[in-house]
Amino acid sequence: MPLYAERPPLPSEDKRWRIVNGTMRKHGYSRNALIETLHTVQSSFGFLDEPSIRFVAQSLRVPLSQAYGVVTFYHFFSLKPPGKHTCTVCLGTACYIKGSDKLVAETEKLLHIRAGQTTPDGEVSFATARCVGACGRAPVVLLDGELSGQMEAAQLAQQLERWTRQ
Amino acid sequence: MNADELEQIAAAQVEEREQYEYQVNVCMGTGCLSQHSDRVKAAVEKAAEGCGKRCHVRRTGCMGLCAAGPMVLVEPNETRYGHVHEADAKEIVASLGVAPVARLDPDLGGYFEGQHHVVLENSGHIDPEKIEEYVARGGYEALVRALTDMNPASVIEQISKSGLRGRGGGGYPTGLKWDTVAKVKGAQKYVICNGDEGDPGAFMDRSVLESDPQRVIEGMAIAAYAIGASKGYIYVRAEYPLAVQRLTVALQQARRRGFLGNGICETTFGFDIDIRLGAGAFVCGEETALIASIEGKRGTPRPRPPYPAVSGLWGAPTLINNVETFANVAPIIRHGGEWFSSMGTARSKGTKVFALTGKIQRTGLVEVPMGMTLRQIIFGIGGGVPDGRKFKAVQTGGPSGGCLPEEHLDLSISYDALISAGSMMGSGGMIVMDDASCMVSVARFFMEFCMTESCGKCIPCRAGTVQMYNLLTKICNGEATHRDLDQLTELCDVVGATSLCGLGQTAPNPVLSTLRYFKHEYLAHIDEKRCPAGVCPCSPAAVDAPRGEVLA
Repeated sequence: MPLYAERPPLPSEDKRWRIVNGTMRKHGYSRNALIETLHTVQSSFGFLDEPSIRFVAQSLRVPLSQAYGVVTFYHFFSLKPPGKHTCTVCLGTACYIKGSDKLVAETEKLLHIRAGQTTPDGEVSFATARCVGACGRAPVVLLDGELSGQMEAAQLAQQLERWTRQ
Repeated sequence: MNADELEQIAAAQVEEREQYEYQVNVCMGTGCLSQHSDRVKAAVEKAAEGCGKRCHVRRTGCMGLCAAGPMVLVEPNETRYGHVHEADAKEIVASLGVAPVARLDPDLGGYFEGQHHVVLENSGHIDPEKIEEYVARGGYEALVRALTDMNPASVIEQISKSGLRGRGGGGYPTGLKWDTVAKVKGAQKYVICNGDEGDPGAFMDRSVLESDPQRVIEGMAIAAYAIGASKGYIYVRAEYPLAVQRLTVALQQARRRGFLGNGICETTFGFDIDIRLGAGAFVCGEETALIASIEGKRGTPRPRPPYPAVSGLWGAPTLINNVETFANVAPIIRHGGEWFSSMGTARSKGTKVFALTGKIQRTGLVEVPMGMTLRQIIFGIGGGVPDGRKFKAVQTGGPSGGCLPEEHLDLSISYDALISAGSMMGSGGMIVMDDASCMVSVARFFMEFCMTESCGKCIPCRAGTVQMYNLLTKICNGEATHRDLDQLTELCDVVGATSLCGLGQTAPNPVLSTLRYFKHEYLAHIDEKRCPAGVCPCSPAAVDAPRGEVLA
């Protein structure tokens, strides 16, 4: 008997699973839709946890090891839930030349966490990006996904304080 | 769809356009949007209502000069405004037909002088989400002509004649690549557009996809016809949500108008394109890694040969070209290969788009003919280094490229000249550094990039980049000896010569080029425990330096 003879049921009643299923259906439950499906899971749920990876792997008949390998290989996928707010500092070359390392230091100092972590109260996640392609506006920071250019340390600190004070 | 219908679409669009006396184009590329150009557009639209002037407000893609965003372009007089705010909308509308608003002059300097737009010819002039506007500017003429008047071999002949070389960085002759894939036998072939612009400091592909997505689609369709493919993929970074959105709309419109799908232009040729999202892996810019990623696997490269031209996506013959390469195809077919080869140098034809950033007066996107000197681009177009600082180096080619010093400013841009100077063309990032930048720390920055982006498949890259990074850190911290420097040089050789793919093979380039031109900075860190630029921790000045100064 094959490993996964049938497609597994949706993990819960949560409507977002139907969106995930929709992506897989669109690709005919083909194995090569793995990354596309994981994108849908992450955009729907904010991150990828074990049950969701298992569900996707079983639905697409991909070995769990391969699915987990893909999730951990690509930086875009996150295994941890994001905070209420996210602050992403771009570390592309143009941003680096214009002092984005100072912005990283400022954020670490203020939030007492390092890049890739979330504050213990779950309020703010701090990440760095390789390059968001807005180099003309360097240094660039994404605050809750919204791009702000020509960022200065003091300005960033102000925004972060607004989030942490709430 | 045939030539007559194409003309009808264009004529209808021109007629619509002529209803208006003035065109106010508002840049809604990523850069300007981050400064709320959407609000500017809404404000101008509101101001234009009932002003008595026949004025059309249009969303466009990038206008180039990101430093002066949000940008507005008023036609017919080609008046450009910079740093436009919502509050300026009324004044702009009032000035139509009268004198331009002097206050909003973006101080272009020589920004557009010497530029020659082929790839960017429509950027800033058309709405990227309206296929009719693309058609009105000659769009899809090339595809219709190729399908109705040319056979695949003559399409390839024109591309070969043009001398176009891969714009992703490698510079492989495009015509030769197409010819190879066309000659391989296979029932199913694929065309892939590489939009995985992972190179930090480069945003040409993002800009083209956001500003003129139809151009890339047309280029891919022509390529598919030439090589006999029926299916294409555009691989775009997930970090470019706007590009993905505009591309999605563009594909829908192209299908609706019959430029994609079955029986294009009443021929038997059928072709369709799907988007595949990248997931944040720089190595996926390498063609075999990209193919693995489209197949839903980890993006690790594999040894070549066989090349993708023979065995690519799912083992089928596959043509992979960069976004900018495809963007050049339609104009070549429209004007002929000879027209294209009349621009540029002996071995590098046409134009190249560069993302001019870093410590430069006018940052933005520029398109210049090959053969222009670095000095013309940086000081003429870019306006030189701001704040009275001194030019130190220009970095091209991203993590695979190198840093060129002042004495190379008169180098004329071509694939070969850049390589012999120790850098490379790369995809087109051009980052200017002033005397506040430490070249050792820049080399360390790129090595950190390569280290974290190494896929881990081959040992020289996986382990070598870490060792090189540690040695560079040691130098930056003022803890290194001459033996460390020797070891670093040796590692550059080993990693470059023995890595599996381009990422590892070129990872030593930033170190090698800075060692070649800025060895004195390495020596200052080692012998004097001093960072000449005052950046590295070994320097007491770095601790004392006020934050703002280094930020400038």
